[in-house]
This record gives sequence, structure tokens and C-alpha cells, in this order.
Amino acid sequence: MIVVGRACLILALAAALYGIGASLYGARAHRQTWIESGRRAMYAVFAIVAVAFAVLESAFLRSDFSFDVVASHSSTTTPDFYKVTAIWSSQEGSLLLWILLLTAFSSLALRLSHNRLREVTPYAQAVLLGFAAFFAVLLLGFANPFQPRSPVPAEGTGLNPLLRHPMMAIHPVMLYSGYTLAAVPFAFAIGALVARRLGADWIAAIRRFSLAAWLCLGIGILLGARWSYVELGWGGYWGWDPVENASLMPWLTGTAFLHSIMIQEKRGMLKVWNVSLVLATGTLAVLGTFLVRSGVLDSIHAFVGEGNGIAWMFTGLIAVMVAGSIALVYSRRSSLRSDHGLDSLWSREAVFLLNNLVLVALCFVVFWGTFFPLISEALTGTKASVGPPWFSRYTVPLAIVLVLLAGIGPVIAWRRATPANLRRNFAAPVGAGLVALIALLVLSDAARKPLALAMFCFAAFVLAAVGQELFRGARARRAMTRESPPSAVVAVVRRNRRRYGGYLVHAGVAVLFVGVAASSAFQHARDFRLSPGQTARIGGYAITYVKPTAKLASEKVSLGAVLRVRKGGRDLGTLRPTRGYYPTLEPDKGPVAGIFDGQATSEVGLRAGLRRDLWTAIEPDIGPLQQFISEADRRFGNSGPDVQGVVVAALAQRYVQHPPPAMFRIIDSPLVTWIWIGSFIAFGGGLIALWPAPAVARRRATAAARTGAAREPARA
Amino acid sequence: MDPARKRRIRLVVALSAALLLAGALAYTSFSASSEARSPSQLARNATPGQSYQLTGKVVAGSIRHEGSTLLFRVRDRSGTASVPIRYTGVVPDPFREGREVIVTVRKRGGVFVGEKDSLVTKCPSKFTDKQSGKA
Repeated sequence: MIVVGRACLILALAAALYGIGASLYGARAHRQTWIESGRRAMYAVFAIVAVAFAVLESAFLRSDFSFDVVASHSSTTTPDFYKVTAIWSSQEGSLLLWILLLTAFSSLALRLSHNRLREVTPYAQAVLLGFAAFFAVLLLGFANPFQPRSPVPAEGTGLNPLLRHPMMAIHPVMLYSGYTLAAVPFAFAIGALVARRLGADWIAAIRRFSLAAWLCLGIGILLGARWSYVELGWGGYWGWDPVENASLMPWLTGTAFLHSIMIQEKRGMLKVWNVSLVLATGTLAVLGTFLVRSGVLDSIHAFVGEGNGIAWMFTGLIAVMVAGSIALVYSRRSSLRSDHGLDSLWSREAVFLLNNLVLVALCFVVFWGTFFPLISEALTGTKASVGPPWFSRYTVPLAIVLVLLAGIGPVIAWRRATPANLRRNFAAPVGAGLVALIALLVLSDAARKPLALAMFCFAAFVLAAVGQELFRGARARRAMTRESPPSAVVAVVRRNRRRYGGYLVHAGVAVLFVGVAASSAFQHARDFRLSPGQTARIGGYAITYVKPTAKLASEKVSLGAVLRVRKGGRDLGTLRPTRGYYPTLEPDKGPVAGIFDGQATSEVGLRAGLRRDLWTAIEPDIGPLQQFISEADRRFGNSGPDVQGVVVAALAQRYVQHPPPAMFRIIDSPLVTWIWIGSFIAFGGGLIALWPAPAVARRRATAAARTGAAREPARA
Repeated sequence: MDPARKRRIRLVVALSAALLLAGALAYTSFSASSEARSPSQLARNATPGQSYQLTGKVVAGSIRHEGSTLLFRVRDRSGTASVPIRYTGVVPDPFREGREVIVTVRKRGGVFVGEKDSLVTKCPSKFTDKQSGKA
């Protein structure tokens, strides 16, 4: 089977190279058959890569340890679900997943656009096939998933326990989908620049892909945050880690682009800016893949070792993408002139522009902070890095401005707002913000955190603005159709998915930021060292360490605690944080010591609520067990697994009977749940915006696009 | 005001805002950053109060708890020179003897005090693929 896999990669590379040649020749010589052949080459690459992926996936499911990646990332005891997902815990497997997703989305994009954009598509095709060829070379030369292992081991090392979490199973797929979807707009932007077809039609063709990329990246980021919150044992959801930042940067520029294309579609402005944003998003997506996969920056995500060849390959690709983009935009600058100027600073265009500047500034801050170790090494010779406080200093004010703009954008008029329509559109939202301000000042102690207070008021402003728009839309429809209010709302949203989907995203983001602001400004987090019977007090809670627990499963030993939670005399039930120890196969450790010195993961005890979360994690002190562990290894080191199982059970029993004090981290944090609720609202809005419009609306839209396209040459 | 002049003014305002931001970023990142050091470098020469980012391995047998404070020593990746660390805050899951850690520290007396919650553990154990020679 290894041979089949390798053959597939070679075939995929050959097909991709052929496709590049055919597309470019077809475009230059105006030979449609060659262009079509290039497109079919993309379908072929997808099919071949899918076979390779299936071969590898079946090796994981069969636990075929003659595959090196399988032996080092899975084991017979790994649950089947995680055998399937273990494929992308490896460098090789995740690059294979990358190329699979890339060719799948590229094939879809080319299929959807093959009768349109005849000048642009061949070049886009060549660029997409170029990405496919690049990743095929990476797989063949630097990270081959079809590497044999000999001798074939009887058992594999298993999947990193930290990754055994449903969220971690989906998170990489979502991020990679986002990254690869961002390659499609990049390719079409290059195509449009090369072919000098810089109207609105190429933007219309890729708009849905940009939105899908934005949505997938967003979901991936949120899943990662949630995973970090429940699995990593530190209680945070965002740490400004290089790899988190890597996924955030293309998301920020993508968000900016989704707004600014509306200005180009409506007013023919900002063409240079839009095309630059698309190119930057595509490049940042590749950069993101590079950061995850290369380990150039210190990160807890260093699940994968470093391959220097890969680092150089990626650096080369990114350099080509950046240089090519700049050269193309510069050489086409005359075709990228705006059709209109900005009429007024009191207009939706201006607000969108400001939102773009804020998003790009955010992206730049994140970029600078992420790459600061490399920047400072280049400038001063020593590697230095900046921490979360540095990021917060810039990102917090920028995020507050961003939320404010998210409320202004939907209600301000296009072109030029008059004092009358400013009054009409802003009275209710501003009123809501002021009511929130007064209520918070009177009823809570939010005043001691002015930044959080500002965020709450702006969020109220956004929600009121979105609500007002929905209400007005539904009222107008009811005036015509006399429907019931709920069905009028549904009908309005359905008929204008893009607009109202977008508004829902704004509402979701506002809710999300309320959660972020509240949980970061008003959180109590403390570490306690408790013996059974002792009680910790935090944020009004009294938490008693009732008793230790121990549990043996096939793959791990869990030591934990039962905690009783009380607040104001009321019993709120129990929490059971545990810590799971997974065995290591390091040969220099004895089999028993190997269990407790291997990888450990936290299962947090979480009491989640709409108002506040009580989050607990335990770190048992296994120091007192150490002497028994080494003795067990001395006496039973050579016994069979059954005997050793009994010994481990006895050790766990001893821990329960003579529990040493354990370290607990307890966090009382308000409104965290609203982060997840807000993101659900936002992703729901994104899905609504992405959903194909009903047939009538689509006909109208394409008719409008056609007249727009007809106007285009006249202008040029 | 004629439109061309207006546009020029806007451009100047936008550019100077960008320059200001870039300047602030550069300035604050250099003053807020901590330099990466190895234990032997710190043992030889460390300015009290200055913050450093220490990278090294946890010395076997050096981990002790004192209330909620964690005491341990960090040694060079390959070598024996080590420095003592006092740390409070989150201890990441993979923290162990022999593991590679990164922690932000300041020298105070004879020990290095870790900044709260700054401890990061790298995990070069069996789960990175040592076998294929890339670790």
C-alpha cells in the first residue's frame, strides 16, 4: 500500500505540472481546449490525492505500523474515532489533508466559474495548481506520509493525549479549510490582475469562497479557544500564542475584505485596496500553515518536530507570493483606479474604510508581536519576545473601536448622511448604549474597569442597531404583505441573506466581546493547595476538597478530586476535576514510572452558567508516590502487563487512601458562556449570508451584475 | 476646499496615524520584551530587575512545592549549569523533570522569580516524531 500512496503523490505532482502548462498555454494561445484540459487536470489531482488520503486513512484504521506515520501517531488501543483524526496530528498527514482540501475547493471553484470569467480563470487555475504542485513536492521530498518503518513495531506510540478531544479532532480541519479556501480568492485575484479584468465580476465569483474561508477560520479559532479552556488546564481561551495569531491574521484581513468589497461592488472604489487585501489574506493563510508546521517560533503547538527543508520551502513560496503580488498590483495600477471619490466622511463608505484600517492595524499589531522574536534577533542579535500584556495594550482599544463601528456601519447612510437621517437612525441605538451605561453604573461595579464598561455600552449600541434594522425591514414588509411579525422577519432575512446574515454576525460579535471583556476584566483566578476537608474561598464560593479519586482506564490513570461547591450557604453540587496520566514508551523509564512521567492532561471540573463559570483544575502531587513507583519498577519491571496493571491499581489505591495535598486552580469568571453563544450567533449569521439566495433574488442579482459588467469596458 | 487637496490632507493624516502606530509598536515592543537567555548565561551575568526569557530543561529531582509556590532549577539544554527558579501561577500539563520549559524571570537575590503564569512547557517527548529524525 505504501507504493500505491507514493505513486499517487508522484502522479498528482505530474498532473498538477501538466495542468499549469496547459492552462498557461491555453490562455496565451487562446485555445479553449487546453484551458479545459488544465481544469480537468485539477479534478484529476483531487481524485488522485483523495486516493492517497484514503490509503493513509485505511492504514491508520487498520493500525498498519509498517507506515512510519501510523506507528508514531497511532496505536491499536487508540479509539477508532481518534485513529481517523490521528492522521492530522502528524506533519505528513496534515500536509496531505491540506492538499486534499485545497484541490477539493479548487475543483469546486473552477467548476462553478468555468463558463464565466474566461480570461481570468486560466491563470487562477494555474495558480491553484501551483499550490497543489508545491504541496506535492513538500510531501514527496520533505514529509512523506508513505515512509516505511522497519522493523515493523508491534505497537504504535499513540495519539498525543492532549489531542484526544472532539474539538481537537475538528479544529485542524476547520482551520485548514479556512486556509485552503483563502487560496481560491488569492488565485482569482492574481488571474484578474494578469488578465487585467479588474471590474466587479471576479469579486462576485469569489465572494462566497472568501466568506466560507472567513467562516471556517472563525469556527476553527473558536474551537481552539474552547479546547484550550476545557483541556489545557490553565483556564484561558486565548494566549497570543504564535499559532493562534497565525490563524487570526488572515481572519482579520479577510474580515476587512468582506466589508471593503461591498464598496467596490456598490461604488467602484478601493480596487487597489481590495485586491491587496485578498492577496494579503492568501499569503497570510500560507504563512499560518507555515507557522504551525515549521516550529520557527516557540509555541505550545510544537506538536510537530521541525523540518528545516520545509521552512526553506515555505519561505520561498511566501517570498514568491509577496513579490509577485506587489509586482502585479504595481504594474496594473492604472487599471485599478477608482470610479468615484469619497463623498463625505459621514457615510457608510467612510465607516467601512475606518473599519478596514482598524482591522489591518490589528493584523499588523498581531504580526509584529508574533514575529518580534525574529525581528529583534535580526536587529539586536538576541531573541526577545513580547507577552500577552503587550498585545492587550493595542488590541483592546482597537477591538473596542471595532465593536463601535460594527454598530455604526449597518445604520449609517451610503454616500452622505444628512443630520436628519443621522438622527433617525442613531436615536434608538445611542439611547440603548446610554441606558446600558446608566444601568451598569448604578447596578454594578463595572465603573472600576472603564474599558470593559465601554465595551458593554458599545455592544448594547450594536445590538440595538441590528435590532432596529431587523424591525424596520420587517415593518416595511408587513405594510405590504400583512404577514405576522415572525414570518415577516424570516421573509426579510431570507430575501436579503447577505445583508441580514451580516447584521447577525455583528450582533454575535458584540455578544462575544461582552463575554471576552467581562471574563478578562472581572475574573478571579487563584491557586490553592488543599488537603481533603479543607475549603478554598473565591468570589463568594466556598469550595471544599471532599475526597481524592482514582480511576484506571485502558490507556490512562486518572487521579482527581471531588469538590463540593457552596455559595451563601446554598449547596451547588460537586465538581470532579481530574488529571489523566498516559504512559510513555521512553525505554529508560520503567513501565510504572513511564505512566506517571508520560504525558498528562487535565479534565477540568466546570460549572458553566449564563452568569458565571466556576472552573476548577487539579494537579495531584505524586511526589509521595515516587518511592513506591521506583520500587514497583524494581520488583515488577519485567513482569507481564497483567501484574503491572495490578501494581498500578495498588498505587492508585494508595493515593486515595493517603492523599497528599493537591494543587487546585480555581477560576470564577463571569459571562464566559456568552463567548460561545456569541460565536454561535455569528456563525449562524455567516451561514445565512453564505446560503444561496432564492431563485428570484438571484436572477435579479445576476442581471444587475451583467449590466455592471457591460458598463465596465465603457469606463475603461 | 478643492477635492484634490482634501484627499491629500486625508492621505497625510492616515499616513501619519500609521507611522505613529508603527513607531509606538516598535518602541513598546523593545521596552516590554524580555530577552531570551540560557541558564548558563543568566548564571554568569544577569541584571537584577531586568526580565529575561529563560529557556532550558527542568533539572531532575529539583521540583519542590512551598505552599502555592513552585521551586525548581532549570539547566542548559546540553550542559549542567543551572539556576534556581521560584514560580507561582499556572503550571502547564506537560511540566515534568527533564522537560524543556520557557519562563519569564527576574533576578531577585540569588534566585530568579518567575513572572506569574509565564511558564510554558515544550513537549519533546515520545509524541513528537523522534523516530523519523525531525524532532
